[in-house]
Amino acid sequence: MKTAVIIFPASNCDRDMIIALEKITGHKPHIIWHQNTNIPEVDLIALPGGFSFGDYLRCGAMAARSPVTKKVIEHADRGGKVIGICNGFQILTETGLLPGALMRNESLKFICKDVNLRVENNDTPFTNAYKKDQIITIPIAHHDGNYFADEDTLAALEEEGRVAFRYVDDKGQPTKDANPNGSRNNIAGIISRRKNILGMMPHPERLIEDAQGGTDGLGFFKSIINAIN
Amino acid sequence: MKARVHITLKNGVLDPQGKAIQHALSALGFDGVKDVRQGKYIELDLTETDKNKAMTSVEAMCKKLLSNTVIENYAIDIE
Repeated sequence: MKTAVIIFPASNCDRDMIIALEKITGHKPHIIWHQNTNIPEVDLIALPGGFSFGDYLRCGAMAARSPVTKKVIEHADRGGKVIGICNGFQILTETGLLPGALMRNESLKFICKDVNLRVENNDTPFTNAYKKDQIITIPIAHHDGNYFADEDTLAALEEEGRVAFRYVDDKGQPTKDANPNGSRNNIAGIISRRKNILGMMPHPERLIEDAQGGTDGLGFFKSIINAIN
Repeated sequence: MKARVHITLKNGVLDPQGKAIQHALSALGFDGVKDVRQGKYIELDLTETDKNKAMTSVEAMCKKLLSNTVIENYAIDIE
């Protein structure tokens, strides 16, 4: 499986993503600086977390209009797989590849902690190695992860099984207390209609080996390998 | 010619920062503030001299970059 990781000024989770992809695919990903618009042919493009362009104007707004992102959109339009983690998710919503927007956390605080996620749909290229309704623990670290979409969009996401992950409590219930940032319907991650694009606020790349405190993020990457091979 | 763009959150979109400002105002003794909505103000200095053309151009800027129309409205003043 060939992969690429795009790095923008002030991306800061790119190293974790590169290490995770190399460990899991056995091949080093192509590392693409944002000014380089030549992305080689790959199976997966990853937009890592961070604070691209200093979060100026809106989180992800500048990166979404960056020339390299046009190439990411072309890759997605051809059916190529794209993941956006944290700031990557914000960039994907700003491009319109995924619906909705990520707003300031309801508490107005930067939140860095482990959260429980429920796998809502395991029939996707990003979740097939998990069981449906499986509860996994993945860290979040963001100031603007409060997922917003209007009622019609939310209804469509729910109906079409496009909510990939939801914030839940220890019993697997999407309660208000289990919602770290005020996201509508406790949404932590969504996929595109064609199921080739995923955006999520939590960081699966930070939990792929025991030394990191757990391996709940491994299934995410294994799913992508299953889908591509 | 100058364009002034006000960007505000759409009705129905929660504004936690606005709420925090409202609480802070109330704590400072400023009673009677029913609601606070926070937005952005952007000033553009344009080379265009035709007002209509400037308006069309700034509208395109608002749609493409300055605002996120999923959550925000924009208002443009040109003079």
